Amino acid sequence: MKTYKNSMHLTFEALSVNESFARVAVAAFATQLDPTLEEIADIKTAVSEAVTNSVIHGYEEKGGKIYIDCSFEDKTLDISIKDEGKGIENIDRAREPMFTTRPECERSGMGFTFMELFMDGLEVLSEKDNGTTVKMRKIIGKAE
Amino acid sequence: MDISFDVIGKNMIITMEKELDHHNAEIVRNAADKYIYTNKITNIIFDFKKTIFMDSSGIGVILGRYKMVSTLGGKISVVNVRPEVERILLLSGLYKLIKKYESLEEALENENV
Repeated sequence: MKTYKNSMHLTFEALSVNESFARVAVAAFATQLDPTLEEIADIKTAVSEAVTNSVIHGYEEKGGKIYIDCSFEDKTLDISIKDEGKGIENIDRAREPMFTTRPECERSGMGFTFMELFMDGLEVLSEKDNGTTVKMRKIIGKAE
Repeated sequence: MDISFDVIGKNMIITMEKELDHHNAEIVRNAADKYIYTNKITNIIFDFKKTIFMDSSGIGVILGRYKMVSTLGGKISVVNVRPEVERILLLSGLYKLIKKYESLEEALENENV
């Protein structure tokens, strides 16, 4: 059987207004895999969390570019969200539920927790002053 | 912006917009806090009837308002929660602090002071 493959790439400004653009664009791309409404909601939430992290933490709301690479092979969807911001000093700590470096932003410190819960794989690559790449995987149609 | 604030005594009903992310959360927060201070609001009901997307920023908005009103003995409740929002609320553990009602009428009956 032939493998069903596709890919796309997005580059956009790290503005909060683009958070909804990013999650809707990735969700629209993923619809080719015929996901359930719940799977679409999972993907939208995870993308929203990662992009928001880049806007708020990576670039500290001073702007920059965010790059999304999205591809699938059969039912496996891979999403990579990259920024060239300040990076994460302690990735393990950042991934802890309720942990935040910016309490004044009044988010909940649940970003990475949600990405982990809603996706089937999460990898965070980051270095201080060297940007962050979040790689997420979602297997569509697992429940079938 | 598609959000509305209705003040009834010390209660405020905030009808949230379609999507609640970090971008919208800041707008909601600034507007809500102005109402809370000027009207000495103690109870807040978030009406999610229009909301089809929420991420962790939404949790932050609710939690932040909880911290504001709970010191004054106030309460937070949510109504008309759709499945997309419900899963986020459930996973966040917020239901330990806030109450959910099926309808606005039910919330007002139970929370009115």
